[in-house]
Amino acid sequence: MGSLRLLCRYFAASLRAQAQYPGTTLLTATGAFAVTFIDLFAIAALFARFGRVQGWRFGEVALFYGLVSISFAIADFVSRGFDILGTEFIRTGDFDRVLLRPRSAALQLIGYDFRLRCLGRFGQGVVVTAIGTAALRFHWDLGALAIATFAVIGGVALFCGLLVLQATLSFWTVESLEVANVLTYGGVQAAQFPLSLYAPWFRGFLIFVVPLGCVAYFPVVALLGRHDPLGAPDWFLPLSPVFGLVFLAFALWVWGFGVRRYTSTGT
Amino acid sequence: MIEGFGPYLAAFAARFQVMLQYRAAAFAGFVTQCWWGAIKITIYAAFFADAVRWRSPMTLSQAITYTWLAQAFFILTPWAGDPEVAAKVRTGAVGYDRLRPLDAYGWWYTNSAAWMTARAVPRAALMFGLTAVIFPLVGLRAWSWRPPADAEACALFAISVLLAVLLSSSVVMLINLCVASTLTDRGVNNLLPPLVIVLSGNLLPLPLFPDWARTALFLQPFAGVVDIPVRIYFGGLAGPLAWTGLGLQLFWTVILIAAGRFWMGSVMGRLQVQGG
Repeated sequence: MGSLRLLCRYFAASLRAQAQYPGTTLLTATGAFAVTFIDLFAIAALFARFGRVQGWRFGEVALFYGLVSISFAIADFVSRGFDILGTEFIRTGDFDRVLLRPRSAALQLIGYDFRLRCLGRFGQGVVVTAIGTAALRFHWDLGALAIATFAVIGGVALFCGLLVLQATLSFWTVESLEVANVLTYGGVQAAQFPLSLYAPWFRGFLIFVVPLGCVAYFPVVALLGRHDPLGAPDWFLPLSPVFGLVFLAFALWVWGFGVRRYTSTGT
Repeated sequence: MIEGFGPYLAAFAARFQVMLQYRAAAFAGFVTQCWWGAIKITIYAAFFADAVRWRSPMTLSQAITYTWLAQAFFILTPWAGDPEVAAKVRTGAVGYDRLRPLDAYGWWYTNSAAWMTARAVPRAALMFGLTAVIFPLVGLRAWSWRPPADAEACALFAISVLLAVLLSSSVVMLINLCVASTLTDRGVNNLLPPLVIVLSGNLLPLPLFPDWARTALFLQPFAGVVDIPVRIYFGGLAGPLAWTGLGLQLFWTVILIAAGRFWMGSVMGRLQVQGG
């Protein structure tokens, strides 16, 4: 069976499992939608009080936030297996079984669980993007759509990379490190505001270490047809999401190293 | 019923000691709260520095102190039920609790209060150490957790935090009862957090919300969990307003405990114990 067909099987199984509990699935998705929406509430309140910040308006920040949310929702949807690798696979010794099957471990972890609750955050991202579009009276032409799509692809790759790195760490720590949430959930939080608001060292971190700025800030600046107030050249802005893919490639390389070093906790 | 508070104090102390053991969780929580706090105060600084319309009800240093305090006491915000109660309901161990010669509400209440306080103490201490002691020493005074407005504010703050714990525990009890009556902690634990995080002031200091919402935000029960103690601390609520704040905390605590006791009676009356 091809890898793609196998993934489809995993996907269908996951959907059937969640369809057994329609109420729970609906509630958790609604909860995720509401939880992620409240951030926008705070942003709106701040803009209502202060007007604008460094020339940025509410609509622009909504676009940053909407795109990052969409990226993170998709990444969360496909990489749940990596997220809980420590508690569900390594500590229990179940990862041995994963390694014994004639498929790559990464593929099996992707197929482990497709949680429909991620639809909540995805929906929120779409709504926030729509709100930003309406607030700015922004017109989506083909170029803008292409940039946004590339930004989302880069963003998904970046967040998947972060989750893969978090999973790799658990080969050594034998538990899921919640501190890594600082970079995933906290990354969404950080990337929803324009980078120019941050202190230079933090900005540098978000560009050169964990390139969140490259999948949210730079492409949205390009989308808006503005010049980067931080001084990045115009040609770089729409191409910057490629660093999300580079980050994922790096994460998978480290992952391979971790898998080779894996020692089972079982007997 | 056994007279006196002895059994409840013992339950509180026991649960408190157990929860203090989770040092790694406390440290992880602390790091997360620091990150979130740092992002928030950077954003506030940008808004305050560059505001086109300057009409803020609080200064930047007050907003920063507010943020660190809210982050330090984040775990006191009642956004989830006591996992032990959920486990008891799921396994049927709730039946043992029904056999104890104690007031069932008081038993769960003290347990939940201990569960929250014990997790809050190490996190708050770490946060205080970093942002109130180390920050000023390394030249980050502008970003630090400032001392209270005056001695009176400090004393009232202590009372207010105590009331906040009592209030928060009474909300947790309502969540526990919701879990006990629906037999699952999934639903309520998913829907409540957004509401509580906004209304308590944890997301954004309540005074920064639009002015028309100010009175309503002050009067609602969740303000007593974070907003009222913190504003008493930095002098945002002083004199009669501070006492009004304390009164509101007490009022909501009494109301919610009464509601919880009443609900407990009906939930326990038709409780189905799971398990064989």
